[in-house]
Amino acid sequence: MSWLDGAAVISGIGQSQVGRRLGRSGLDLTVEACLRAIADAGLTPDDIDGVATYPGGRADAGFSGAGANELHDALGLRTRWHLGSPEIAGQLGPTFDAAMAVTNGLANHVVSFRSVWESSAQHGGSRAAMYQTAERADKMREWTAPFGAPSAANWIAPYAQRYMYEFGLTREQLGQIALTCRANAAGNPDAIYRQPLEMEDYLAARMISEPLCLLDCDVPCDGAVAVIVSRREATAGLANPPVTIEAVGAALYQRHTWDQRIDLTTMAAHDSAAAMYESTSIAPGDVDFMELYDGFSYLTLQWIEALGFCEHGAAGTYLEGGERIALSGERPLNTQGGQLSGGRLHGLGYLHEACLQLWRRGGARQIPKDIEIAAVGAGGGPVAGCMLVSLID
Amino acid sequence: MSDVDHVRPEFRILPDPSMESGAFWAGGADGQLLIHHCNACGKFFHPPAPACFRCRSTDVGPQPVSGRATVATYTINRHQWFPGFPPPYVLAYVELAEQPDVRLTTNIVGCAVEDVHIGQEVEVMFEQWDDVWLPLFTPVAP
Repeated sequence: MSWLDGAAVISGIGQSQVGRRLGRSGLDLTVEACLRAIADAGLTPDDIDGVATYPGGRADAGFSGAGANELHDALGLRTRWHLGSPEIAGQLGPTFDAAMAVTNGLANHVVSFRSVWESSAQHGGSRAAMYQTAERADKMREWTAPFGAPSAANWIAPYAQRYMYEFGLTREQLGQIALTCRANAAGNPDAIYRQPLEMEDYLAARMISEPLCLLDCDVPCDGAVAVIVSRREATAGLANPPVTIEAVGAALYQRHTWDQRIDLTTMAAHDSAAAMYESTSIAPGDVDFMELYDGFSYLTLQWIEALGFCEHGAAGTYLEGGERIALSGERPLNTQGGQLSGGRLHGLGYLHEACLQLWRRGGARQIPKDIEIAAVGAGGGPVAGCMLVSLID
Repeated sequence: MSDVDHVRPEFRILPDPSMESGAFWAGGADGQLLIHHCNACGKFFHPPAPACFRCRSTDVGPQPVSGRATVATYTINRHQWFPGFPPPYVLAYVELAEQPDVRLTTNIVGCAVEDVHIGQEVEVMFEQWDDVWLPLFTPVAP
């Protein structure tokens, strides 16, 4: 058991309506997800004494549907602790901080959420306006935007290219991630893309930034996800058997840049995963399924490798044919369809899905085998956070 | 193999030079690629910053380098992100000849996009926009 000592658990999950241009506000969707999670746990808003979210309210249009303060005010919460921050260990970071808060007695029940409104914002032209601005680029964008690289697709593609060069990864192998997600999305009524996807469709898809094609990039959506992080002692009599947060990884051992990492075939995911395993007796072989960030497919490949499910450089072989990562495979991947087909819920959707599977509420997409431990990872480049969660009888 | 003339795009988002990065963006006025150098440990680093991330010395400043580099990796961008900056174009992480663990994100120009490859030797050229000179790289003639 890690420093968390089993004190922090997840007691409920909630997801709003998810879709493209829903015609609802980001805060409206956030409230829906949070109220669903609170009710799912068997709690009321009066029981919530903490809030944690990434990236908070001060973000570009659509990147954040709502911040911690807005949610707090909308639900009239009475909190002892709250957080809304972009500079944390990836999109799962607020959940780690919530785990620390409940472990240390700062709160009993924290609502941790991620809210996105990117589909509506992009349709409204705000993203295009951001790219086409005559304003000069500063901070991180100073080093990328002038060279026509405004998108994370442009920052990640060179990593994928180098991995292909070093280890012979093929597009067919990488494509198994998109195909697996699409196959799983068929069992998720809330997924954006549910029609079948074949390898020939993948290989023929429009290139965005080589070797990443359109189907290697996730699909923007409107929606929100929430989980309730609770102090175990406070969960007696609640609705669900608590899912234990066994360990978290939040490490960054190199510079917070996209282009200066010493080994271009690894990412901060490797740092976070290594730190996580150092804090727990759980080993990669104990993990039954994986819910891993697929904002871009190559990031999923990095997480698979970083979390020790294959040797460094062997991810292509691991993905070959797709059998290992299928819903009926030895270690299923992104059972809700990931963000590639399910929609870009940006990080917290993976933890929602891990809990849903552990509680065997997956319906048509329920993993058929017995499962006890899930690995969840989110982020790319210098941004990374991962966790192990369990439901062990 | 600089066999394709470089055509300037009609539009680029320009950098906003900071106290630290001003020299980097202005060096091209004198045909110089200026990279931050630590006078305590003798190493270059990028992006420029007020301290050396290795030895934490604050005795740092811009110093000219040869402008020779190697393509560490790259991507052919095929998506049009900006009007006035049509694809395809190559984005690359290049490693400086003086110290390969210092990389620049840049464009490889002056050759067909399909001819760019990992390990390719390239050299700097500058594209001026108002008060900034963007360091781009072009293949070294064999």
